[in-house]
Amino acid sequence: MTAQTTSSRIAPDPSPRFAEYAHPERLVSTEWLAEHLGQPGLVVVESDEDVLLYETGHIPGAVKIDWHTDLNDPVTRDYIDGEAFAKLLGERGITRDTTIVLYGDKNNWWAAYALWVFTLFGHEDVRLLDGGRAKWEAEGRAYTTDVPELALVDYPVVERDDSRIRAYKDDVLAFLRTESPQLVDVRSPEEYTGARTHMPAYPEEGALRGGHIPGAQSVPWARAVAEDGGFKPRTELEAIYAQEKGLDAGRATVAYCRIGERSSHTWFVLHHLLGFDDVKNYDGSWTEWGNAVRVPIVTGEQPGSVSSR
Amino acid sequence: MSTTDLPPKLAAVVDDFDAVGERERLQLLLEFSEGLPELPERYTQHPELLEPVPECQSPVFVVTELEDADHATPPLARIVRVFASAPREAPTTRGFAGILCEGLDGLPAGELLAVPDDFCDRLGLGRAVSPLRMRGMSGMLGRIKRQVRERTAA
Repeated sequence: MTAQTTSSRIAPDPSPRFAEYAHPERLVSTEWLAEHLGQPGLVVVESDEDVLLYETGHIPGAVKIDWHTDLNDPVTRDYIDGEAFAKLLGERGITRDTTIVLYGDKNNWWAAYALWVFTLFGHEDVRLLDGGRAKWEAEGRAYTTDVPELALVDYPVVERDDSRIRAYKDDVLAFLRTESPQLVDVRSPEEYTGARTHMPAYPEEGALRGGHIPGAQSVPWARAVAEDGGFKPRTELEAIYAQEKGLDAGRATVAYCRIGERSSHTWFVLHHLLGFDDVKNYDGSWTEWGNAVRVPIVTGEQPGSVSSR
Repeated sequence: MSTTDLPPKLAAVVDDFDAVGERERLQLLLEFSEGLPELPERYTQHPELLEPVPECQSPVFVVTELEDADHATPPLARIVRVFASAPREAPTTRGFAGILCEGLDGLPAGELLAVPDDFCDRLGLGRAVSPLRMRGMSGMLGRIKRQVRERTAA
């Protein structure tokens, strides 16, 4: 049983540059994290594309959670269940009240994915280190190869709630039948048009058809990232998602990519930074849609629509 | 894990991985990553001579050479040199490259071509690293073998 329940909440990073975002408490800066390392109630989690990167050096005290070997169910194409999640977090020294700060390689691509999965389990206080590993490293901040020795703690078994922020294929099909459904395709332009079925320079994961879901706007995920690896200021993000693409924060939105990882990053941008209330990540994404029988697909540069395909 | 059909150095690598638990296998892979030899200067100066491996998630390049270029030795008996490069921030991919360089460099071409295509699955890394990531290593082996096949056929 845990004794610390309510009193130990860690105040958000008050950096003025985060204040403009819809949910500024979801980001911490490298300066903030450096000052708060080791504080009771805070656990830093590294989540990378490369399964060995943590072992080469990580933020002192950070633990590792791998998207593939820890968060995915080893058999079914799904995320782990409540029991496995409780065991995973308990072993990492995380309780339900812990403030989690996630960071990782590739502009926090996988860290944002982990954050989205943690949100499926309703973990309340989970934040992202703005700029991720690259920014921490560029600033010459400390790394260690020491793995923290952790005592097992109690994390409750919580049933995963997929209804709010996760979309299945049937949800997307039903969504397409609503009036002007709002979808964001965050893959590369070549994947969007159907010129190719996988990411440039990435392994072919197998999709039989190329193209995009009818009506989807193309906004490659990395457009949300600034030069220093952090997120762009809110006005720049709005210029892309709202002004250029016409996406409306007040409408239900579905984001997708190839397996749901890049779209987790965009989910974070739309929901936490731009305040879209109802955003779902369709994690089946193109590796499901591009293989499914008789689902509508549009090729080429225009979003198209179900009726006009 | 059976190693009787593998060249001795590659068999030794499989035995090393077999001898340790799953957690230590990652550590061992990290050691191979750190042990990947630097590219010879003729390739650092001419990266266009290296072949990219798109099956890997990170930029990795492989190149092979046949020794004894005077053709006095039958092609399949000629010694193959294997070189690879991968960035430091991609240690898993570097580890794969390190294993293949360690196990394949210096083999006669015929023996290298006889390495089973499923060799990478015998390292027992599927669970610790994930099958998807392991595909990158198989892609690297496939490209090395294809290069050697082309060079010995010439």
